[in-house]
Amino acid sequence: MATATNNFEYISPTRRRVMGILFLSLGILLWIMFGRGIGGEALTTFRLTPGGSAQELPDWVFSSQNMLNMLSVLSIAMGGYQLARGFGKRTTLMLGLAAAMFIFGFLSWATSGGTLNLAGLFRSALVKAVPLTIGALSGVLCERSGVVNIAIEGMMLTGAFVGAFVGSVTNIWIGLFAAVLSGGLLAWILAVLSIKYKTDQIIAGTVINIFATGITSFLSAKFLQRYQHLNDPGRFPTIEVPVLSKIPFIGPIMFQHNMFVYALYIFLIVLTVGLYYTRWGLRTRSVGEHPKAADTLGINVFRTRYISVILGGMMAGFGGAYFTLGSVGRFDEVMTAGRGFIGLAAMIFGNWNPIGSFGAGLLFGFFDALAAKIAILRVPIPSEIMLMFPYIATMVALAGVVGRGQMPAADGQPYEKE
Amino acid sequence: MTNKESEQPMKKDSGKIFLEELSKSPLTVTILAILTGLLLGGLLVAITTEEAYAAFSSSPWEAIKIGANAAWKTYQALFTGSVGNPAKIVAAFQGGDAEEIRRAINPFFESLVASTPYIFAGLAVALGFRVGLFNIGAEGQIFIGATTTVIAAIFLKGLPAIIHVPISLLAGFIGGGLWGFIPGWLKAQTGGHEVINTIMMNYIAFRLSEFLLRGPLKDPDGYTPVSADIQDSAKLFRFFENPIRFHIGFFIALFFAFLVYWLLFKTTWGFTLRTVGSNPRAAKYAGMSIMKSTVIAMFLSGGLAGLAGANEVLGVNHNLAVAFSSGYGFDAIALALLGKSNPLGVVLAAIMFGFLRNGAIQMQLTAGIPIDIISVLQAAILAFIAAPAIIRTMYRLKEPDMDLDAVTLRGWGGN
Amino acid sequence: MAPILELRGITKRFPGVLANDHIDLTLEKGEIHALLGENGAGKSTLMNILYGLYAPDEGEVFVNGQKIVVTSPRDAIAAGVGMVHQHFMLIPVFTVTENVMLGDESLRMGGLLDRRSAAKRIREISEQYRLEVNPNAYVKDLPVGVQQRVEIIKLLYREADILILDEPTAVLTPQEVDELFTIMRSLVESGKSIIFITHKLREVLEFADRISVIRGGKMVGSTLPQAADQNSLAAMMVGRAVDLHVEKQPADPQEVVLEVEDIVVLDETDQVMVKNVSFDVRAGEILGVAGVQGNGQTELVRALTGLAHPVSGEITLLGESIAKASPRTITELGSAHIPEDRQKDGLVLTAPIADNLVLNTYYLEPYAKGIFLQHETVLKSADEIVSNFDVRTPSSLIPVGSLSGGNQQKVIVGREFSRPIKFLVAAQPTRGLDVGSIEYIHSRLIEKRDSGCAVLLVSTELDEVMELSDRIAVMYRGEIIAIVDAQAVTKEQVGLLMAGVVEEKLTA
Repeated sequence: MATATNNFEYISPTRRRVMGILFLSLGILLWIMFGRGIGGEALTTFRLTPGGSAQELPDWVFSSQNMLNMLSVLSIAMGGYQLARGFGKRTTLMLGLAAAMFIFGFLSWATSGGTLNLAGLFRSALVKAVPLTIGALSGVLCERSGVVNIAIEGMMLTGAFVGAFVGSVTNIWIGLFAAVLSGGLLAWILAVLSIKYKTDQIIAGTVINIFATGITSFLSAKFLQRYQHLNDPGRFPTIEVPVLSKIPFIGPIMFQHNMFVYALYIFLIVLTVGLYYTRWGLRTRSVGEHPKAADTLGINVFRTRYISVILGGMMAGFGGAYFTLGSVGRFDEVMTAGRGFIGLAAMIFGNWNPIGSFGAGLLFGFFDALAAKIAILRVPIPSEIMLMFPYIATMVALAGVVGRGQMPAADGQPYEKE
Repeated sequence: MTNKESEQPMKKDSGKIFLEELSKSPLTVTILAILTGLLLGGLLVAITTEEAYAAFSSSPWEAIKIGANAAWKTYQALFTGSVGNPAKIVAAFQGGDAEEIRRAINPFFESLVASTPYIFAGLAVALGFRVGLFNIGAEGQIFIGATTTVIAAIFLKGLPAIIHVPISLLAGFIGGGLWGFIPGWLKAQTGGHEVINTIMMNYIAFRLSEFLLRGPLKDPDGYTPVSADIQDSAKLFRFFENPIRFHIGFFIALFFAFLVYWLLFKTTWGFTLRTVGSNPRAAKYAGMSIMKSTVIAMFLSGGLAGLAGANEVLGVNHNLAVAFSSGYGFDAIALALLGKSNPLGVVLAAIMFGFLRNGAIQMQLTAGIPIDIISVLQAAILAFIAAPAIIRTMYRLKEPDMDLDAVTLRGWGGN
Repeated sequence: MAPILELRGITKRFPGVLANDHIDLTLEKGEIHALLGENGAGKSTLMNILYGLYAPDEGEVFVNGQKIVVTSPRDAIAAGVGMVHQHFMLIPVFTVTENVMLGDESLRMGGLLDRRSAAKRIREISEQYRLEVNPNAYVKDLPVGVQQRVEIIKLLYREADILILDEPTAVLTPQEVDELFTIMRSLVESGKSIIFITHKLREVLEFADRISVIRGGKMVGSTLPQAADQNSLAAMMVGRAVDLHVEKQPADPQEVVLEVEDIVVLDETDQVMVKNVSFDVRAGEILGVAGVQGNGQTELVRALTGLAHPVSGEITLLGESIAKASPRTITELGSAHIPEDRQKDGLVLTAPIADNLVLNTYYLEPYAKGIFLQHETVLKSADEIVSNFDVRTPSSLIPVGSLSGGNQQKVIVGREFSRPIKFLVAAQPTRGLDVGSIEYIHSRLIEKRDSGCAVLLVSTELDEVMELSDRIAVMYRGEIIAIVDAQAVTKEQVGLLMAGVVEEKLTA
């Protein structure tokens, strides 16, 4: 303590070396696994227009061999520089770049001699990222105030059910509203258990997950399956954003979706500004970091946490409604299938930060989308193995291989006033 | 002054003291939590009875009666489904037909069969709790344990049962153990929280077993993602003929409960594990290895969960299907809490859950109540156990002097 | 004129304890009022009530003659009361500006935070009161002394007139203490009034305008520094005449038990906390390690007990190298350790006393045979230790967490002293204890020394080190800057060393 340092981002020599070796091996792997095997004349064709889109872009055709050689040389060069000098603070950025190059190399190899709709893949990755990221944002809201929320899955499932049911009985907008409320209600239970009764937050979250699975399956078996008209809420229509959707390549990928995708963009901006540039955000984060300090400055720790957790639950309820009102158009038992947990993983991978969560959500969504296309690409990797990626990536991130995350210091700890 | 007069208030006092002690006892809270949970379940049945709504417009009282009646019928079905129909049992014994008798008493034994994986999985989570670890990954460990068991039980051929059964069980223990070992090792080495890692390992296990059952392990003659049947020599011994499936696995589970109790409370290893669980810093100060304890505890915990999977494969299903476990691993968290992480308590809670689960199947058939109501019940009971203050406020119970049973877990990022 | 602050009949009960018993206190405008009392006397409780963190059971608070009701820190802040807590209430990952503005944020157009204007005000305050600090620095990167300045700025930013400082000197070097008192003086000159809580008699006599003493939750009386001396204050604080002097024979040092050569130890964030330290401890002597908290003592102790390993250098205990040894190996060599934080490191609070008494011997005969625990033996030996070490408890089966701090420390001392030991590390052995327990622990330490044990005493209480030690090693910024004969130095000389000022002739 007595010795002050100003190294905000201290990068240890071991980490520098590990990263350097990682970049090197990615480059070598690219060459050995993919680059060697293809003939010199094989071509990779990427389509740049998603299916069903009006504006046509010419396909991108290049020599698979040349691209792979270039990528592996680049990656090896990055590894060499990292080992010799180090990228310093930019190491994490470079890691992202190296990973992106590796994935691109893989795609080039897998498509060599064939055609892949790259734009379609990206578009589908974004769509798959929506529920994951909204789930992650729910986690960000709760955990920034110091309450661990592993009940995102249960809240989303409930939101999906309530959205479908109420949406069928009334209309789709009221269904969405009810879904948001139901998420908030479950979050209120989580808040009461963990803030008022100081129950272990993981147990409280488990309670909600078990309850949500039980009640939605119970009610669905009892009513929705018997009376089909109770399970037919319809779906939100696709809206093309004027002007923006006309941008080549990006437009069709980002701006030809239904309302949920645009809501996600808005949430990302609102939450980032809210957390880092407003009074509410400063106070919420202070409560998640050091509740006692916040208390001594007159900030109501309990109220702050209640608000954040309930907002987080409403966010999860909104994300749940996506499954029924945004995607499938009906409710099926346990239809979230663990996406709430991947959302939790995306939050951790994204460093408890909205934009980071979106990045992680996109990455996980990309693998999800890729797994669906893998059969078409005739790649000898089973899709089940591909689908493991988000989980493994999260474990690797948690192990600190890519640098320690900035978890809120008081995350998971109940606050005792006296 | 007579003796009588002086005795009178004494008696009253002792009665009062008894009530007060009862009121403070954690067991009272547990029992009230279960009863309240059942009550809420009944309420759920009542308010989801359609006839009640139909009657509501004419007479609210009639509606309440219909609802209450539905709830009563549900629990009746739950009871006969889990224990058996008393009238049928009596009739069967009077009739004297062996198969009829077996059929009549089958529900009771079937409940014990359902309890068996609960005992293993509950022990797994409880052991983790005792060492300050939250093993939320029992579900995945069950899958992997079942998978390794099925491999040993199908592909090892020509062994006598006395060798094949233990080897298959051991395979399950090691498979589940490895699945627990990985997050344990990550926790010890890197501080990565076991809750997140075990959740992730769950999904990796699901994907892995899907992959195996669609590929290498799939029954070559079948069309569905199910493995071939295991060798007869690997099947667990059944005590009765069909339809009673009660098998020796139940007693193996009881034996393991005793083993866990003995390990935790009678040995120096258990002392180490419990100390690491209650205060890792003091454990380190006293020369215990936190890393070793964490890794060992997660391995044992995973192994116990793996045995739950092995037990199902060897004792009940005789093959492996996708999603065969249906939530034993998550219910196990409730079991460990309900049993206060004490092996005996876990066994009792597991038997209760087994009866509930088995009875619920009958309930679904006869009363038309979806089996998922059990999860709602379990969630309610778990909430009351985890926040005893709710029950204490509801029934005006006294605060206990010091809550030593409270599960103490370390924060998210704690090492 | 009414006093700026008046407390009347403040009473606070905690389960089983009467923490404050009808306490009256007045603070005049422009004075530095010292609130003196033993650990656990109720000083902090009283101030936490005034600051709205605890609700009093009885009593009234007047500010400038007006009765106020304080139910939360917000009320206290509104009434012009500010408090610097003993453990700083700063958020490490926030900047100075964010920490200061938190709870009293200035906003600009659109409801966004106005960090710039807040930083400007912080600069003004820091210039006005000479509280030098960079508003854009992250708190985690600031030394303790600067963090304290940030805490004071937090109060001034809220325009508090009544400042409460809870044990502000505990973490400071003597130089920083002087600096702090200069700041406090300039604050009262500009119209502020200060209550400062302490248990250090010397500071009170030197710096306070008025002194109030609390004992056992009651206000014992007020006095002026001119009318008091250390002995009279100590007597007021404890309720009886206190002999601050420890009776002991001159030491008779024998062979070297522990030898430390040139070790370097890092803390958990890989900062060098112990730099090239060398010393030895002989059988039958107490080597005291003096120094302000945070100068590497904690890491030194961790290295000596196997809880951390030095990255270079050598430690030899009884002829064996222990630089890479585990805590258990070191314990088995005959070493004992009274840890700095007894509740976190020394005890399992939820476990029974008996289990805690065998915490580091449970796996050995006679407490275990093979891997089987021998419960009866454990209990029998526990009952013995409980009576030998005067642990006040109805049974050795109750959780150790339900004992008082003094009795908890006796459990640790009982455990460590009941095995044959040749070397003892006692880290802050009396921190937070009442005078009775302090005297008891001190006499036991001397007893251990006299029986031929080598003792390393680490304490931030200079008085304790001076009284108990035969030789004193002074740590400053991770280095031992001098080892001196305890008989040959004065307290002032050691104090200077603690601040890093080395006079050549002193070094022995």
